[in-house]
Amino acid sequence: MDCIIIDDEATARAIVARHCSLVSDLNVVEEFDNAIDAIKFLNRQEVDVIFLDIHMPGFSGVDFVQTLKNPPKIVLITSDTEFAIEAYEYEAIVDYLVKPLTLERFVKSMGKIKNATRKTTDRPDQGSEEKKHTHLDKAEDLYINIDKRLIKLHFNEILVIRANGDYIDVTTENKEYRVHTTLKKIKEKLPDQIFLQIHRSYVINISKIIDIEDNSVLIKKMVIPISRSNRPELMRRLNLV
Amino acid sequence: MEQPNLKYIKELSGDDVEFEEKFISILKDEFPVEVATYRDHIDSKETNKAADIVHKLKHKFNILSMEEAYRFAVVFEEQLRSGKTEMDSDFNCTLGKIDDFLKTL
Repeated sequence: MDCIIIDDEATARAIVARHCSLVSDLNVVEEFDNAIDAIKFLNRQEVDVIFLDIHMPGFSGVDFVQTLKNPPKIVLITSDTEFAIEAYEYEAIVDYLVKPLTLERFVKSMGKIKNATRKTTDRPDQGSEEKKHTHLDKAEDLYINIDKRLIKLHFNEILVIRANGDYIDVTTENKEYRVHTTLKKIKEKLPDQIFLQIHRSYVINISKIIDIEDNSVLIKKMVIPISRSNRPELMRRLNLV
Repeated sequence: MEQPNLKYIKELSGDDVEFEEKFISILKDEFPVEVATYRDHIDSKETNKAADIVHKLKHKFNILSMEEAYRFAVVFEEQLRSGKTEMDSDFNCTLGKIDDFLKTL
């Protein structure tokens, strides 16, 4: 099984790598000191297992797990057992190991990985989520109701949609429209491939992003905040190099 | 008084002397950098950032089989997250002890 190790501490990575070398069927293909580089790597190459430190500055292990669409098996490496409870909310996480690792516990974890891999292989293919959006894949526009007029907007001209009380403000390339509806309702009319909610008050057209700073994206001249909970999904959707 | 030792590192390395030397070298490189970063954060009263470094340093205490120091660091990390730095002086003693030990390796 190919695996990667993600931990901002060099000593911690060395310990995991050492344990991997002692287990015959584990091959460490790469080590990373941050999650962003690991995401870039995983966009190019698949692995079977990720050993992941949960406590990293900036982009935590939990953020990382949320970013992965089809994650391999993940074993968390942590100093704090309290995180483990949160960790088990994610199906891909099969175990957590408390630092400092011991070989005995590591071997036990390998057993859990193998069991989990077996269960996944037995499960039938799940494609229903993709099918649900087929009609949106084909649509290229939507109509908004402004003063009893239905105005057609091409998806591609919409930049940002902002919640504004009982209304939403739709900003396009050339104009802004105020529509009496909710962000939730308009989101249902928008294709997921193009639009993403990055904050409780903002849905954006991903293709219109100019750049991204720590907690905000720039679209045209608008600086849109990214909420912590939506950031992993945004990172996953970007074509990171 | 608890002293740092190589018990865990010896267990980890087994008979592999090359790995043991390499691991100690990584530890000797990483530890002073973390200590310096910790002191910077304390000096600039950035207690949350200091707590993040204490979180890393406490793992080094584990590696050097210092259980009391580890437990102390767990409490100190929490204190720092509440903006309290009173335990800094005792924590520095532990860091000094490890620094001295690593110089002997």
